[in-house]
Amino acid sequence: MIEFPPALIFLLAAALAPLLKGTLRKAVLLAAPIFALIVVHQLPEGVIATLSFNDIDLVLCKVDRLNRVFGYIFSIISILAVLFAFQQEDKSESSSALIYAGGALGVTFAGDFFTLYIFWELMAIASTFVVLSGKTPMASKAALRYVLIHLAGGLLLLAGILIRLHETGSVAVEFVGLTGIASWLIFIGIAVNAAIPPLHSWLKDAYPAASYSGAVFLSAFTTKSAVYVMARTFPGTEMLIWLGAIMTFVPIFYAVLENDIRGVLSYSLINQVGFMMCGIGIGTQLAINGAVSHAFAHILYKGLLFMSAGAVMYRTGKTKCTDLGGLYKYMPFTCVCCIIGAASISAFPLFSGFVSKSMIITAAGNEQLLLVWLMMMFASAGVFHHAGIKVPFFMFFGHDSGLRPKEAPWNMKLAMGIAAFLCIGIGAFPQPLYNILPFPVDYVPYTGAHVVGQLQLLMFGALAFALLMLSGIYPAEIRSINLDSDWFYRKGARGFYQLCDKTFNGLNAWSQKWLAEYVPGLLARYFSEPGGNLQKYGMRMAAEAAGDEVDKKLEEHIDQRSKFSTYPVGGGVLLAVLFLTVVSFLYFY
Amino acid sequence: MADKSGWFDKPDNLKLFLRIFYVSLVILLVIDFFISKHAAFGFDGVTNFFAVYGFISCVMLVLIAKVMRMFLMKDEEYYDD
Repeated sequence: MIEFPPALIFLLAAALAPLLKGTLRKAVLLAAPIFALIVVHQLPEGVIATLSFNDIDLVLCKVDRLNRVFGYIFSIISILAVLFAFQQEDKSESSSALIYAGGALGVTFAGDFFTLYIFWELMAIASTFVVLSGKTPMASKAALRYVLIHLAGGLLLLAGILIRLHETGSVAVEFVGLTGIASWLIFIGIAVNAAIPPLHSWLKDAYPAASYSGAVFLSAFTTKSAVYVMARTFPGTEMLIWLGAIMTFVPIFYAVLENDIRGVLSYSLINQVGFMMCGIGIGTQLAINGAVSHAFAHILYKGLLFMSAGAVMYRTGKTKCTDLGGLYKYMPFTCVCCIIGAASISAFPLFSGFVSKSMIITAAGNEQLLLVWLMMMFASAGVFHHAGIKVPFFMFFGHDSGLRPKEAPWNMKLAMGIAAFLCIGIGAFPQPLYNILPFPVDYVPYTGAHVVGQLQLLMFGALAFALLMLSGIYPAEIRSINLDSDWFYRKGARGFYQLCDKTFNGLNAWSQKWLAEYVPGLLARYFSEPGGNLQKYGMRMAAEAAGDEVDKKLEEHIDQRSKFSTYPVGGGVLLAVLFLTVVSFLYFY
Repeated sequence: MADKSGWFDKPDNLKLFLRIFYVSLVILLVIDFFISKHAAFGFDGVTNFFAVYGFISCVMLVLIAKVMRMFLMKDEEYYDD
């Protein structure tokens, strides 16, 4: 038995890999997740590793049925993503990606909130470098926004953890439930990573900016580790049902309009995580099983879709619908894999989404959540429409883009092939997946009514696509972007900047003019000859009151006396007496 | 790489593909009459409910998205300085 946190394997390999070259480096990168998968498989349930820190017992690794599933899938997708990324010569990307995966496994097996927080931030930072490895101006700007959002989310989480520690004395990762300020802070912190609207736009902003291989890693870990933490800490929270339903619903409209293939995939990722959130919110055993199995299936087919888009990007350098099309003749293998991924995300019978998503929708039906059920059904039809048809259609069919690329390299084909195989395997034989779910599964996905109902939903959705396409109503591919909630910080930040600029710089300029220049100037002029100025001022007032001209001679005389201090002694005595009078008044009263 | 001719380049094949698609739709509609339902709400047990719902959903999706586009679409350079 090897009993230590699987996250450490990734971190060690990430440290070692940059020192190596060529095949050896690839071997180390690939060995880490394979080894981690074995470790995850044979870890016994219970606490594995602890560490004492300032009277708090940190539980680095604690295993049960809920987090072992996530341990499996994070290791599996790491294997596939590393294999897919063999061509990636950027050592910073491959190491960051491994640290990122390690962070996700660390979060998954963390037994206390401090350990969880440290791995949470490790993920945020490592994934920022994965985004940065896109090496375009767009990537560096998106990475900056990405890290700001995630650090803000992380700080909310930390604040929640500290208040919770103060209130309850416990940092164990267990059921929290929405009860007070601490739980709300923790909830929002997790919601940022889960991309729950309106905190979702970082995802669509950053993932399409990553490199062809980086996006595969990104698609797997951040949102799904948040799904795990949500399932652990907030199962049965009613608000999650509604947030999840909205999350399945809103992004699909954007996905229809989006021009960047990886943007479409990002929106459909948010949509799929919505189903999981809904399942966690419903909170019954069937719903939680559905959320967890859907996360498992989703990581595979979403990874597969990002791999197929990545393979096309690797060969052509393009990701936009307007630039792509007709590639099925040149990249047939990639095309078939993409279609398998698309069928899985659409939940076609015999593909993985069918056996996982349906558990959540059935759970919603069992609880008589009519509106939620209708929204999820709408979203199910919609996801086939935009991710199932649009992604393969605009990349591999549609108009001939004139691109004549070669088929993807062998390792990409292998990674996509394994992912596609697993998608169909899970869909056709769901029992092995059902066996590792947190609760015993008493659910039969393949009933006549369910299969035919789902096929009708999808095929008539496809009919709508075909008719709208042929009639020209379908919105054409246009080079454009669509405003989303990131507008508020991308434009809003600029507005805030201008507001601050006007307010504070205005105040500064006003102060400079009046307080720093005018008033001291006035005082300086007066105090150059205080006695003379006072006399002249009094004289001018008197002359004005009497309606006389100012006596120039007298003014000159005052100037003279003031300059040479030739005042009579009596004047000084008078001032002294006045001064003493004032002081004695102040003293006695 | 040189141009290749694909299966869909022949208009007959595209027609065949669409014909298979339409026939499968009809089969799905017919088969639903012979399926025993386990409806959660009642109305979802109505024959061919999912076909109607799927079709309407997708038409609505596209039409609403078209309306949204009027408000939300901007140039690719919108956020650049």
